[in-house]
Amino acid sequence: MQPTPTTEGGADLPAARLRAAGPALARFKGAGPIVALILLCIAGALLNPGFATFDNLMNVLTRTAFIGIIAVGMTFVIASGGIDLSVGSMAALIAGVMIVAMNALALGAAPPSPLAIVVLGIALALVFGAVAGVTHGFLVTHGRIEPFIVTLGTLGIFRAVLTWLSDGGALTLDFNLSETYGPVYYQSVLGVPVPVWIFALVAAAGVVILNRTPFGQHVQAIGSNEQVARYASIRVDRVKTLTYLLLGVCVAIATILYVPRLGSATPTTGILWELEAIAAVVVGGTSLKGGSGRIVGTVIGAILLSVIGNILNLTSIISVYLNAAVQGVVIITVAYLQRGRR
Amino acid sequence: MHSLTKLAAACLLAGAGQAIAAQPAAAQPVTLGVAIPTATHGFTGGIVWWANQAKKELEAANPGLKIIVKTAGSTPEQANQVQDLLVVNKMNALVILPLESASLTQPVAQVKNKGVYVTVVDRGLTSPAAQNAYVAGDNTAFGRLPAEYLAKKLNGKGNIVVLRGMPSTIDNERVNAFNAEIRKHPGIKVLDAKYGNWNRDDAFKVTQDYLTRFRQIDAVWAADDDMAIGALKAIEQAKRTDIREVFGGAGAKFAVKKVIDGDRLIQANVSYSPKFIYDAIKMTANARLKGETLPAQTIIPSVLITKANASQFYYPNSPY
Repeated sequence: MQPTPTTEGGADLPAARLRAAGPALARFKGAGPIVALILLCIAGALLNPGFATFDNLMNVLTRTAFIGIIAVGMTFVIASGGIDLSVGSMAALIAGVMIVAMNALALGAAPPSPLAIVVLGIALALVFGAVAGVTHGFLVTHGRIEPFIVTLGTLGIFRAVLTWLSDGGALTLDFNLSETYGPVYYQSVLGVPVPVWIFALVAAAGVVILNRTPFGQHVQAIGSNEQVARYASIRVDRVKTLTYLLLGVCVAIATILYVPRLGSATPTTGILWELEAIAAVVVGGTSLKGGSGRIVGTVIGAILLSVIGNILNLTSIISVYLNAAVQGVVIITVAYLQRGRR
Repeated sequence: MHSLTKLAAACLLAGAGQAIAAQPAAAQPVTLGVAIPTATHGFTGGIVWWANQAKKELEAANPGLKIIVKTAGSTPEQANQVQDLLVVNKMNALVILPLESASLTQPVAQVKNKGVYVTVVDRGLTSPAAQNAYVAGDNTAFGRLPAEYLAKKLNGKGNIVVLRGMPSTIDNERVNAFNAEIRKHPGIKVLDAKYGNWNRDDAFKVTQDYLTRFRQIDAVWAADDDMAIGALKAIEQAKRTDIREVFGGAGAKFAVKKVIDGDRLIQANVSYSPKFIYDAIKMTANARLKGETLPAQTIIPSVLITKANASQFYYPNSPY
């Protein structure tokens, strides 16, 4: 999981500091999120016997899948020193566009079979996500606009277009298509729901790409020191654009899993997902400044965030007004445990 | 100071005299500004749709009437819009659904002091002096009617879980009214109440967790039709058959359709239609065209919707 430093940038400096502080401490700091997750799970099980059941575990993992998959993509963008604030709006718009297109196909003359329509809808989502991602990358690299500003702009654009498409109300998937598409969210394979499998696959692919390919090393090198990476003849613009492309595809995959859940998209779909995804990445140990990415940490971070919400729903000790405060305290505490890495 | 008052009074009299002389009892031109929230969820989507519907119908029917609809995403934006409506559009009547009560009271009071007739809709202002008329849905009935209905349906005995909206005065009003009515039925227990934030996804998660936590749930008060969808999906997924009713609220068209079609879980609803913005614009425009005023307060009743009367509450063209 340690990033391989390919330059003389800052990537290996925190690690060096940690080595000086002793290997045990270093290991503990890297384990911050997992320790926090275990503690939370023990607390959850003590508070409510329903927490430790298999069904509840699957509920939590399934609902983590959306944010988790997006967060895997976000790890690449953040590790390269970028950011994407638009992912929640992008997911909402992809969902809306999918639903509109699939309904149009189903209600048109000579409609294809529902299965074919669903496959086309999924393909459309992937293309849309990839195009949106490449556009972000292009504006950041060739347009030389701060990623914060580019994606803040598209955040507004995506959501406004969805609101316009839906007339401010809800876009709802045709009933027959819902029946066909439903299993993608609700079906289980070997007792584990489909979204959890997909989440695991995306995470595994993320680990391989970030830690075992030259592309992954370039991403971290750029995030660590862009200038040095340029001197090392890394094609910085191309790598950066690819990170946004990767994230766009991750958002599309998350949306493909999201649409069959409620079969609808509304202007509130995906609100604040960007912050949840960024929180998962940072809680998982990736520096917001870029330089080193930790996919496994991100996955644990995403699960941690949903577990907090789940426990709060399963208990009623704390005033409901204070839920967000509890979440905030846990996030800050875990980040504190991680601080040596930054 | 004294002479100034006199002068003002004289001007007013002269102005009034002129108006009466020029247009005896007939229509005086009305420029009506409408300030409402941007469509961010189903309900506000309905508000925007009904406001534009009112503009279309009323302008066609009244040549002397001009309606300008402005939507705002935030409180400062809405305050700016109210100012622009006065300065740029010279409105003489305003229908506003304030995004926030406290912070918009001052801006609205200022336009009222400049002679604009102000009708406030739904979310009120903190000072009634800032408005001429107030039109709202009945939030107490919105909470009380489902409680009465569920108590009757469960024969006074059973477990209910509650999904709340967002932490706000409207939500408190509804939940308090619901609890007050439920307390009259000692056999009914409210197991817990959590925030679903008027949002389908949050309602789905909260309901999933309720289903994990409680073995026997007889009814869900989802307190909003958007949240009812999330709750329904979670129940469907868990294949639970103990739940006999999911009571949403606000009369969204899909929910009313389910009532008409005799759905297993959604058999009743309570009206709280965004149509009240349409009613408020119509009442204000008609009254101002005749130079009349509205009653200080108009409460549009929340009615229990069942299969018997559902067709009267079904607006298939509205987005909500």
